[in-house]
This record gives sequence, structure tokens and C-alpha cells, in this order.
Amino acid sequence: MSTTLDSHETTSPVEEEQRAFDAEAASLLVKKLREAFASGKTRGYGWRVSQLKALAKLVDDQEQQIVDALGNDIAKPPLETVAYEIAMLKNSCRVALKELKHWMTPEKVKTSIATFPSSAEIVSEPLGVVLIISAWNYPFLLSLDPVIGAIAAGNTVVLKPSEIAPATSSLMAKLLGDYMDNSCIRVVEGAVDETSALLQQKWDKIFYTGNGRVARVVMAAAAKHLTPVVLELGGKSPAVVDSNINLKVATRRIIAGKWCCNNGQACISPDYIITTKDHAPKLVDALKTELETFYGKNPLESKDLSRIVNSNHFARLTKLLDDDKVSGKIVYGGEKDESKLKISPTVLLDVPRDSLIMSEEIFGPLLPILTVDKLEESFDVINSGPKPLAAYIFTNNKKLKEQFVGTISAGGLVINDTTLHLAVHTLPFGGVGESGVGSYHGKFSFDAFSHKKAVLYRSFLGDAPVRYPPYTTTKLRLLKALIGGGILGIIRAVFGWS
Amino acid sequence: MAMMPALERDLNNMSEYYESGKTKDASWRESQLKGLRSFIMEKQDHIMNALMQDLGKHQLEAFRDEIGTLIKTLNLALKSLKDWMSGKKAKLPQIALLTSAEIVPEPLGLVLIISSWNFPFGLSLEPLIGAVAAGNVAVLKPSELSPACSSLLASGIATYLDNNAIKVVQGGPEETQQLLQQRWDKIFFTGSARVGRIVMSAAVKHLTPVTLELGGKCPAVVDSLSSSWDIGTTVKRIIVGKFGTCAGQACISIDYVLVEKGYCSKLVELMKVWIKKMYGDNPQRSKTIARIVNKHHFSRLKSLLDDKMVKQSVVYGGSMDEENLFIEPTILVNPPLEAAIMSEEIFGPLLPIITVEKIEESIKFINCRPKPLAIYAFTKNQTLQRRMISETSSGSVTFNDAILQYAADSLPFGGVGESGFGMYHGKFSFDTFSHQKAVVRRSFLTDFWYRYPPWTLNKLQLLEVSYNYDYLGLLLVLLGLKRPSKRLISDHI
Repeated sequence: MSTTLDSHETTSPVEEEQRAFDAEAASLLVKKLREAFASGKTRGYGWRVSQLKALAKLVDDQEQQIVDALGNDIAKPPLETVAYEIAMLKNSCRVALKELKHWMTPEKVKTSIATFPSSAEIVSEPLGVVLIISAWNYPFLLSLDPVIGAIAAGNTVVLKPSEIAPATSSLMAKLLGDYMDNSCIRVVEGAVDETSALLQQKWDKIFYTGNGRVARVVMAAAAKHLTPVVLELGGKSPAVVDSNINLKVATRRIIAGKWCCNNGQACISPDYIITTKDHAPKLVDALKTELETFYGKNPLESKDLSRIVNSNHFARLTKLLDDDKVSGKIVYGGEKDESKLKISPTVLLDVPRDSLIMSEEIFGPLLPILTVDKLEESFDVINSGPKPLAAYIFTNNKKLKEQFVGTISAGGLVINDTTLHLAVHTLPFGGVGESGVGSYHGKFSFDAFSHKKAVLYRSFLGDAPVRYPPYTTTKLRLLKALIGGGILGIIRAVFGWS
Repeated sequence: MAMMPALERDLNNMSEYYESGKTKDASWRESQLKGLRSFIMEKQDHIMNALMQDLGKHQLEAFRDEIGTLIKTLNLALKSLKDWMSGKKAKLPQIALLTSAEIVPEPLGLVLIISSWNFPFGLSLEPLIGAVAAGNVAVLKPSELSPACSSLLASGIATYLDNNAIKVVQGGPEETQQLLQQRWDKIFFTGSARVGRIVMSAAVKHLTPVTLELGGKCPAVVDSLSSSWDIGTTVKRIIVGKFGTCAGQACISIDYVLVEKGYCSKLVELMKVWIKKMYGDNPQRSKTIARIVNKHHFSRLKSLLDDKMVKQSVVYGGSMDEENLFIEPTILVNPPLEAAIMSEEIFGPLLPIITVEKIEESIKFINCRPKPLAIYAFTKNQTLQRRMISETSSGSVTFNDAILQYAADSLPFGGVGESGFGMYHGKFSFDTFSHQKAVVRRSFLTDFWYRYPPWTLNKLQLLEVSYNYDYLGLLLVLLGLKRPSKRLISDHI
């Protein structure tokens, strides 16, 4: 696998192709980027703006290429690509360009009597050379959204896109090479070997999107260099469905969050549903009706559904359906076409809690429904598992809503809808517990790639002799008064009355 | 490992207590903060005695650096708690129909705080204040190198705080290892980079977020100040910032000084004058300088002066009393840069002064070395100040003083690079032990047909025409957060 090398390097294209990206190559790359960072070129507002604009232009000019690449990699419907990858990226660029001056301005903070007289501010500075490892399901968005944050914060960047979406990976390598400042922003394509070579290096930050298993590999590598990390992972995002709601709208929103999002292959798709035994049949009917409206009678033929990304995942999902414990639980769908890597929207009712499908993140078009006697029990069900990236509830019951917000711990919560918190740039997007560490989007992206440096300005005047030896009892009294005594205490101490 | 089953049982109990929701109540958090305040205020004398016993720390230092700052923090936390706990509304883009969004802070759960020996109360309780204010249950592991303080912390916390929620585990490296094997929702570590790596590696197993408060060689850049008042104040502050704060055994102690060649002798002379004024002719007898924590560190510091060239560079002090673990304030001028004293964090009362041709060269000098926790610069030159901020990187920068940034609640306290990551103090303590949860609320009333497939050419064309490639608008419409234009609706009908 090749890297995007400087054009002035004298190697033939053939040699470049054959040179493996090993630890030595990674080390050289980091060294170059460190030099670029040390030169100060990424620090200025002008450079950052130029790169953000270049990125926005890239997305604009190359829209069709991007749509095609995603069609290739995962048969993603063009509208999904345009709406969820391109539109979101453009919005991120827009927000960053609009707010960058404000983000870069040091934040003045108040000082207290403890440091009087003084003034203070918090200065955001770039961390240096950062590594962004992205995922295959929203390969464009999950690569470039963090890159936007890294650039806005003034860092140099290496992006490692996922090899599981190869058309998008190579498109990004080419486009970033063409549009961006190659002395500061690089793409390294590859798989395990290349990623390992990168992880051996010392980075100032690593931003990883993916699964918990690889996240541990990333964090362990980071620990060697005391590198801070952001880990955007996943989990089983539940959707709790109450009765006495607008079931049609709720169902459509669940479908929108599940199958309209890369056919369920999204970290915040509703993974499974919990509803009451009484309400389940109604919900199943509603799902059947709406699914048929959306995808027709032959969903395997529908062009509005992404396919399963590769045969590994296809086999994994098939295994979930073949599990003995869920046979007979399929109430809708269940059709597969291995040659086309397609699985139709599938709903399962009353799956046992210890089935395979309930023990791992599904990341596919299968929607199990768990039933409980009383809806309040659903909270215990959710809390008994690892904390998910998102959790949803559909209800009109005010008390239930507040209980949900108060007791369910997840990256983000949505009441009466799914997934849309992703699009709100004023909300931090990230997990907790097994679903991840750190957050981004909007200013949170800028902050994720910045160091908040405290700056305290003191005057040479206004010195309190209490600080200095020799330490007398008077000084101790005065010091105590200054801290907790209030003005009377201070007066008393000064006059030696306490 | 006889300790393990008992520890696991204790932690299980603590987790269950946390699950009961008790610690989420504002009243519980308030009671714990008040309990801590009572502990510190009522047991002040005991605390001072323990610090004197473990470190030979003078009462005034104990109050100034630990007791006083903790009281300040507790008062702030009690005053601000309700505000910190309340959700913050998030601005929504455009007209997001009947939707509200907010960020709700919630506790992480069961947290581990590992603290250090040099400020045993401060470095244990400042993080604990944050953990408790944020509604977590916590285990505190104080350092075994300050045993009297460690044991007072254990008894104090047991007496004044809720034992179901806050426990102290005393012990050494073995106990720390056992603690690190357990499952935590957050680990807050103060100490050395070496142990920091061990802590972070242990945290990998459960993807536990960590805050690492480490150290480094904190430089003090001293400009050639013309006013005698300014340089006098500078010297006093440097002396306190080095020798007067746990005898230089602080992560934010001034490690070494950078000064212009021509100004060096003046600086050294003034330092000698003021050391005498503050500590008398026999600093050890003044009993106002802390001693070295133990024989191991004493030997380490002693060996820093073993190098012949280093010894030759000593211009003041240098005498050491091994029996009493006391080293007097010592100044060196231009020891060799490859010597250990200039490559490792000193953490003791030895102050190397390094001369440069022009003071601006300090920037390059500092940048060749790992990023420190603090950089100090004594200068009135605003250009130099601006350059120091923008051309160097450190946890913090303080102008014309030292150590004091520790007391500023509105400033984040933490490192970068080798000096650590994460931050605390003030609200930053609360945030570091919280998860900022995004919450969005929607109504059922607003929903539009074009949000959903089938994606017919017709729909796509309608959308494109209507939105003129307004991608954000398109996205908002698809998410049902924005109404389409009236024309679109009528066309459909």
C-alpha cells in the first residue's frame, strides 16, 4: 500500500507502489509532519481557513465521485450519501469557517482574591501531529469530520481511512492529495499492518472511530506515549416504545434511524426495541405496514437500501438469524441474497435475552423486539448492559421521559425520534463507558484537538508578605483570614485581634 | 492476593450503592462537601501535624498550599453545585420545529483517585471534591510515602463522609496494582510519567477514561528587569516557588532558571541575599523548609551533585544532612546540559541557572525538551510574553509569579504531552468526573412524507429544485427539522 509522498522525492511510481508502509515509513512521515508543525504554518488563521475552504470545495466539486464510491463500497443510496455524508460535512465546514475566529480567541476568565491582583485567560493551542483512524460505514463523514476539527485547531494530520470501504479510501487519498496542503495533511491507506506501523509512533492525539476490540489496541499503543485519545465506538442502542403515542410517526422514525441509515450499519441506529407485551403486536403491524410502503414488496430489489458491506459481516448477520434461540421469532423479512450481499429488513419478536442477537451490536438490518410486562422494566434491561452510544424512547408520558433522562446513561438520548442528535453541532457527540471516550462535532471537534493552556498574568505590585518566610504566627493568622475569614476576619487579623 | 475478594466485594457494594441513585441527589453531594469541609476545618491541627511528620512541612505552607486551598475549593463547590449540576440548553440550528436540545451532566459511576506524597491532602481531596460534586462513588488511594497523612485521610474520610460511597485504600505498589485490575468508570492519577503509563495501560482493559497529572522540568525565564522592586519581587517569588514549596518537591516547582549571561550574577547575588533574609544563616534551623521525603529521594538528589562538573557549578548551598533528610537551598550556574540534573525532573531544592546570550533563546531551549506542566516568565516585555504563549507549549504559563496558578479556580490545571492530559480545579474538576450527555426532545406533531423512502426520482428532483443545492436545508428537511417551502407541498398535492 502506498502513501501520498512529496512530489520532490525521487522515486519512480513503481518503487512507491512496492514500498511497504512499515514502521520506518511511518516514523519518517511523523517526522516530516512534526517539522511542518514546528515551522508554525498551521498555527495561523489564514492557513486553517484555506484548508477548510479547500475541503468544502473538494466535497462540492466531487459530489458525484463520492456518491459513486459509496455506491461501489456499500451500495449506499445516493440520497443517503448526499444527505448524511456530504450535507453534514458541508455543514461542519460552514460552522468551522463561521466560528473559527471566535474559537481561536483566548477566553478571558475571572480571577479571585486568591491570586489578586491578576488577570487570566485560557488559550487554545494545537496539540501537534494527530492521527485519525476512521470507519467503513460512513467513510467520508467519519474521516473528514474529525479532520475538520483537527485542521481548525491548527494541527497536522494523518488520516487512515478504513480498508473495508476501498473505493472511498482510495478516492479520499487522491482528493486530499489534490486539494489539501500535503506538507501537513496526509492519507495512509492500508489494513492491519499499516495501522500497526502508525500506532507505534508517538502522536499528540489519536482519534479513533470503530469497535471496542480495536479501540483497546489503539489505547494500549497510545498509553506507551501518554497520548490522549478520543474513541468513538458503538453499542446496542435501544429504542423504548410506549403505547398511547402516534404509532405511525414513531414507526417511521424508527425505520428512518435503522434502515434508512446505511441499512442499520450505523453506530447510532436503534439496535433493538423494548415494548410491552400488550403493545408489541400493534408495533409489529405498524412496522410491517410502513416497511412495505418504504421498500415495497421486494425489499431485496429496492435501490433505497445499502447492501451489507462484505461477506464477513454477511456471515456474521446470517449467524445471528440462524441462532436456534431466535428461530420462529422472525415476523417480517428474513430474506437474504448472498451473491448481492443483501439482507432484507427483518423484524424479530420476543427474542430471548440470552440469544446471540442480543449479546452483540447487530450493525445490520435486523430489528429484535424485546417485550416486558411494564414499560418501566425496560430501564433495568438497558442498564444491565454496557452503556450504549445512543438511547431512544417514544412516549407521551412526561414522568417516563424524565425517568428515562435521569436513569439511562448513554452517549446521547433522543425522545420521540432517533439519530438526529448527530446533526446538532451544538451537542457533543460521543460515548460513555463501552461506547467510548471523548466527543466531537462543532466546537467540541475544535476542543478535542486542542490543549487548553491556562495563562495567568501577575503584577509585580500587590504582594502579600504572608506568602514569604520567615513564617510568623501573625502571617498565619492573616492567611487564614484571607482564605475563609471575610473582610472582618481580615481586619481582625491585621490588627492582631484574632 | 488475600486482599482481592474483600476489595471486589467492597467495590460491588459501592456500585450497588451508586445504582441506588443516592449519590445523584444534590443534597447528598452537598452533605459530602460539607463533611469534607468540617474534616479540614476541625482537624486542621492534626493535618498540620501529619504534614510536619511526613514532610517537615511548616504550618504556614500546610495552610497556604493545602488546607487553605481546599477550603477555598469547597466553598466554591458548595456555592456553585446547583449551577454545575443543571443542564445547559444547546442552541439549535435554524427553525428546528418543536425540538429542544440540552447537555445534561451525569456522574460516571465508580472512580479511582490515586494521589501523590508531596501534597497528600491537596492532591487527594481536590479530585475527590470534583468526584463527589459530580455524584460519583470514589476510592482514594493516597501515597504510602506520606504514611501519617495517608492514615489521617483514611480515618478522616471514614468519620466525616458516607462510607458506602467513599473509601480509602492504603498501601503501596501492590495495593495499587490490585486496584488497577478492577473495573473503574474513571481513573484520576497524579504522579510520575512512568507510573502514568502503567495506569493508562491498565485502563485499556475496560476502556476507562483517565486523567494523568504528571510533571516535567518547569522553567522560569527571568528577563533583565531594570526596576529593583521588580527584580526583588521576582527573586522572592522564585525562592518561594522553589525552596518554599515542599523544598522543590512539587510538580509545578520551578525546576531551573533561564537568564541572560549579563544578568546572571546580579540574579545570583540577590538570591543569596533573600535566601538569608527568609531563612536566616542556617536554613535547617529555621524549620521553615520541608525536608526530603525519604532516603531514596535523598540519595537520588545527592547523586545529582556527584558529577564533578555539576559539583563545580554550585555557587551557593550544597550541604546535605542525610540523617535528617535535609538539603539546604542550593544554586548552580550552568551545570552541563547532558548531566542528570538537567535531563530529569529535579524535584528537590537544587536550582540550576542556565545562561543564554539573549533571553529570546529561552524559547528554543524550552522547546527542545518535553512539554512541562508549567512555564514561568518574569518579564514586562509584552512581545516576549506573547512569544512565550504562542511559541511554547506547556500545561500553563504564569507571568511574574510561580505556583500561584494552582489557586486559580477559573483556570484549568493539567498538562500536555509528557506532563499529562486532562484537567481539574474549579468547575473543571466537576466536568472531569462527569459525562456530558446530549438530550434531544421531539414532538410527534411535525413529520413530512419526503423524509422517507422510496426515494423516487420525483422526490429527489422536487427536493433539489426546492433547495437549490442547499445541503443543510436538505438535511434538515430529511430529518424533519424544517418545513419545506409551500410550493413543494402544493406541487405534491
